[in-house]
Amino acid sequence: MDISRFKPTTVYTIYIAATPEKVWQALTSAEFSQKYFFGNSVAIELRIGGAFIVRTPDGALHISGEVFECDPPKKLTHTFNVNWPALIEKLGPTLVSYEIEPAGQAVKLTMTESHDRPIDDDILSGGRAGWPAILSSLKSLLETGNALEVKMAPPQRMLDALKRLGIGTP
Amino acid sequence: MSKPEFIYVTYIETTPEKLWHALTDGDFTERYWFGARLKSDWKAGSSFEMLRDDGTVSDRGEVIEVDRPRRLAYTFVNISEKYKSDRPALATFVIEPYGKLVKLTLTQEGFAEGSKFLDGISKGWPAIMSSLKSILETGHPLQIPFEALKIES
Repeated sequence: MDISRFKPTTVYTIYIAATPEKVWQALTSAEFSQKYFFGNSVAIELRIGGAFIVRTPDGALHISGEVFECDPPKKLTHTFNVNWPALIEKLGPTLVSYEIEPAGQAVKLTMTESHDRPIDDDILSGGRAGWPAILSSLKSLLETGNALEVKMAPPQRMLDALKRLGIGTP
Repeated sequence: MSKPEFIYVTYIETTPEKLWHALTDGDFTERYWFGARLKSDWKAGSSFEMLRDDGTVSDRGEVIEVDRPRRLAYTFVNISEKYKSDRPALATFVIEPYGKLVKLTLTQEGFAEGSKFLDGISKGWPAIMSSLKSILETGHPLQIPFEALKIES
């Protein structure tokens, strides 16, 4: 897969009072992700070609992907394919990239979601709602020791758009 | 082509009243907003100014909407030579209770064609909003040098 063909559709930048290593650890460990990522646990093999897996709190496979760039603690890029029937056939893969840069005594974290074809705003509304909540919670966790309790259902406009395309959701 | 605008959402463990105070009190903004002191009487139609440490004005605009503690809107633009072909752009803050949290949605729109100011605010807002979240949740703003924003000169 040629990741240079992917175009950014959503970019979110947040500054965190932490070290790049701490931010990297938060992005790549199950223990941290369970606290800030709606209870989901991340497992990632930190090498190019390694597997990226997200499981829901009940252990079900939710997201899977493959690592394309891995330069700790600066850059991590992997596919991020939600496990919904026909999603990848209809919409193609989703690519997520994190850049971690020092900014004075803080760290600048930039998340970029990209796709290899045009994607409707209704579909993108899911990520656009989710990323600010997930990354706000990650920041709180690293700065205060406590993640935020953000309860969020997938946006109805996204669910309707998926249904129209014949993509199944749980 | 979509119209040029900037949107930023963040969730903060605070109350709508505390967030409103943080967005409108000059003594407070100076602590987390790269030293900027906001100055206005916060009435629709009133003037809005951003002051530097030395008291000089960096940005000017007008208050458009005040619905405490839910919605605040004002226009502003940086008055330096660099942004001379820019016009004041409308920043709207929407504050919503969200469980035990507050959801803050910031939108800024109405930029001139080829706006340089849009580049500036697109790099500035994530740092300012992040520092705002930190000061409300931990009592301490972030220490980010302005140069780290890499705003085009």
